[in-house]
Amino acid sequence: MAIVKLNINGRPVQADVEPDTPLLWVLRDSLGLVGTKYGCGIAQCGACTVHLNGEATRSCVLPVSAVGKAKITTIEGLSANGDHPVQKAWNEIDVPQCGYCQSGQIMTAAAFLKHTPKPSLAEIDAAMTGNLCRCGTYHRIREAVKLASTTTETAKPAKTK
Amino acid sequence: MQTTSKPGRRDFLKLATAAGGGLLLGFNWYNAEAARATLIDTAAVATGVDFNSYLSIDPQGIITIFSPNPEVGQGIKTAFPIIVAEELDADWAKVKVEQAPLDTKKFERQVAGGSGSIPHSWNRLRISGATARQLLVTAAAKRWSVPTSECTTETGFVFHKASNRKLSYGELATEAGQLPVPAPADVKLKNVSDFKLIGTSIKNVDNSKIITGKPLFGLDFYRDGMLFAMLQRPGFGYKLKSFDATAVKAMPGIVDVMKIDNTVAIVGKSTWQVKKAKDALKIEWEKADALESTADHNRLLKEMLDKPEGTVRRKDGDVEAAFKGAAKIVKAEYQCPFLPHNPLEPMNFFAHVRPDGVELVGPTQTPELARNETAKLLGISPDKVTVQLTRMGGGFGRRLKADYVIEAVQVSKAVNAPVKLIWTREDDMTGGSYRPAVRYRFEAALDAEGTMIGYKLRGASINAGNATREDNFPSGAVDNLLIDSVDHKSPITTGPWRAPITNFLAFAEQSFIDEVAQAAGKDPVQFRLDLLNKARQKPVGAIKYDIDRMKNVIALAVEKSGWGVKKGADGKLLAQGFSVYFSHRSYVAQVGEVVMQKGKPVLQKVYSAADCGIVINRSGAEQQVRGCVVDGIGHAMYGNITFKDGMPEQKNFNDYKLIRLAEIPEVEVHFVNNGVDPTGLGEPSLPPAGGAIANAIFKATGKRLRSQPFVEQEEFKGIS
Repeated sequence: MAIVKLNINGRPVQADVEPDTPLLWVLRDSLGLVGTKYGCGIAQCGACTVHLNGEATRSCVLPVSAVGKAKITTIEGLSANGDHPVQKAWNEIDVPQCGYCQSGQIMTAAAFLKHTPKPSLAEIDAAMTGNLCRCGTYHRIREAVKLASTTTETAKPAKTK
Repeated sequence: MQTTSKPGRRDFLKLATAAGGGLLLGFNWYNAEAARATLIDTAAVATGVDFNSYLSIDPQGIITIFSPNPEVGQGIKTAFPIIVAEELDADWAKVKVEQAPLDTKKFERQVAGGSGSIPHSWNRLRISGATARQLLVTAAAKRWSVPTSECTTETGFVFHKASNRKLSYGELATEAGQLPVPAPADVKLKNVSDFKLIGTSIKNVDNSKIITGKPLFGLDFYRDGMLFAMLQRPGFGYKLKSFDATAVKAMPGIVDVMKIDNTVAIVGKSTWQVKKAKDALKIEWEKADALESTADHNRLLKEMLDKPEGTVRRKDGDVEAAFKGAAKIVKAEYQCPFLPHNPLEPMNFFAHVRPDGVELVGPTQTPELARNETAKLLGISPDKVTVQLTRMGGGFGRRLKADYVIEAVQVSKAVNAPVKLIWTREDDMTGGSYRPAVRYRFEAALDAEGTMIGYKLRGASINAGNATREDNFPSGAVDNLLIDSVDHKSPITTGPWRAPITNFLAFAEQSFIDEVAQAAGKDPVQFRLDLLNKARQKPVGAIKYDIDRMKNVIALAVEKSGWGVKKGADGKLLAQGFSVYFSHRSYVAQVGEVVMQKGKPVLQKVYSAADCGIVINRSGAEQQVRGCVVDGIGHAMYGNITFKDGMPEQKNFNDYKLIRLAEIPEVEVHFVNNGVDPTGLGEPSLPPAGGAIANAIFKATGKRLRSQPFVEQEEFKGIS
């Protein structure tokens, strides 16, 4: 066991864990940030996606010792009030069925739109196809990413409701 | 089977004024002592509202509705309250929804399975809302000294339009709570045509929690002092021989390692520590039963088809004579493999076995089974077991079994501590309870006019029991018919998988009907309609589907898809495939559409036409249909779990393929609007999907796909 210091959602935090513990389980078991989900443990499903210095990263295969000073954003820190354009689009399009994969989908979409603010449909497909949704909400995921791309373009992320 | 339940007067036992004022409407299925309903991040409910009630209105007009059924992604937590709010004329913006705990005394049926929730609860939910509305109207009429007939309700208010007065439900709640409750027979329900909420698109009530990552799911449940546990389980046909836990017990965070039945449990202080110890633990298993491989199953399934005698499921007319006198005989075999459910949230459960009872928290489609099996195991009364329901990260039938709940209970008891038991993805995929593997043989006898005069179906299966649905179409439409089944008992465990049996039977049957239509030289849709007309004019034996409703979904799918008329860019008729199926009380017809791109068939679109009666939530209903089509296509194309000597050969998503976003076709969703009492939608749109796409691929390529997964078939390799 060792104390690791992390920067998560803009705040310094620490956890007493084994250095090889994947970031996913530090978030969930040690820090109570359970929005990041376990689905496969081998970076195949995307349910555990977080941002590492703004890049979409699979936290289930990232040893916490490898995080260093990188800034981590989880679904809980994506926006203060659930009003990131991607979150708003997810609600507007009513994407979730069971909802389990959706925080990973949202984190993937948010990082993607930062790089590619005006994506084509083919680019959306390529960006989102790495995240599994067992319920099959893919049509609406596609639609919501498209909607978020138009709102990102025209409006700044609202800080208040 | 009774599909709806009409509450009698005895159901309406309790009407009380809440401590803080306000209306509480209780039923006998709601009035027993209940544990607090929510387990994590409880949404604030109005002060003074008694949790015992099903529906409560506080003086501020906030309406709290408990949803009793497990939410597995089918949208029941949104749909149930919509029905109550509709009859109540509530302001939906002021409705709060809470998940109720297990209490079958109050709620009767708390199951997520068989698409049965809506048919079971439709009437009782309507009556509950309408009863409350009637009491509020009576309270308002009293206060104004006007007849109730002059009062109307709208979005949370009672109006007396003649005197231009109105009162909010919140203002009336306390008075309404003191009035005698009318008998259900005296409660007036709305006309279907007056529905304002039902049939509109209402967003998932948990959206804000889901999109902000709030704890909602079983795996998100944590309790101070809780230990984590994983199990090593044997392959199919093996039993535990020996293990040496010394080294593993010394690993950091490991609290205990113990034998439980035929498994070894590893208990520790964090998920990762337990996972590492689980991977490190060396266990010797020994053979205890047949060690079966997929090659054995493929052989067995064919042998069972050739067995002279099967268990006869349905027999009409003289099938042998019909085949002897036939002008043409069509014969084909179809096969489907075992499938794991793969809900994205793996099996898990929290259990705390205490001297005074057991606390259970987690994802289950059948909380009552979890409670009863726990009580049985421990030899205690079921009322000593509480079950709190978490939102489920999918289920697809896997969580209809309580095996993983029992594991959690056993570990908690053994270590005398609260325990969260977690299955890894590998555990989940290799742990059994699969969709059974099945092979069908269909035979059809045609007369000189191309009429189907004889029909034979044998279902051969591994642990499916009866792999047929003998009273489904085309039974009733064929004079001479024989349906039988043969089953092989295997150590590989099976269980219900979304739309049990029909999820593969429908593909096989609807593909075969297509083959027969082709042999008869008839349009596949017309061929089905001819059979339905025959069933109408000269029915044979029992018919358990509604002929008109089936014809209506066929007509709607034909109209929307442009069946037989829609042309592609090349001016030729598009390659479309047809499929229609009745299951779980709903009717669904689908048309798959394939276009050739660079010489290869591409599934570009699926049209779906469903009759589930009244659509409760348009948004949720469309989701269910699209999800079912994606699920049906994905598993028809890719799904396959194989075995070698009792061991599953696929263990995680790197070697087991689920359909992904870039692979989906467009799905166009239509519903028949007929005002009939609603039936479920969690399953019925899945069965027809496989046939619709296989028939379209045939139309485009001339290749007939008779086995799943399609991508592994020789025929498919020829076209992909």
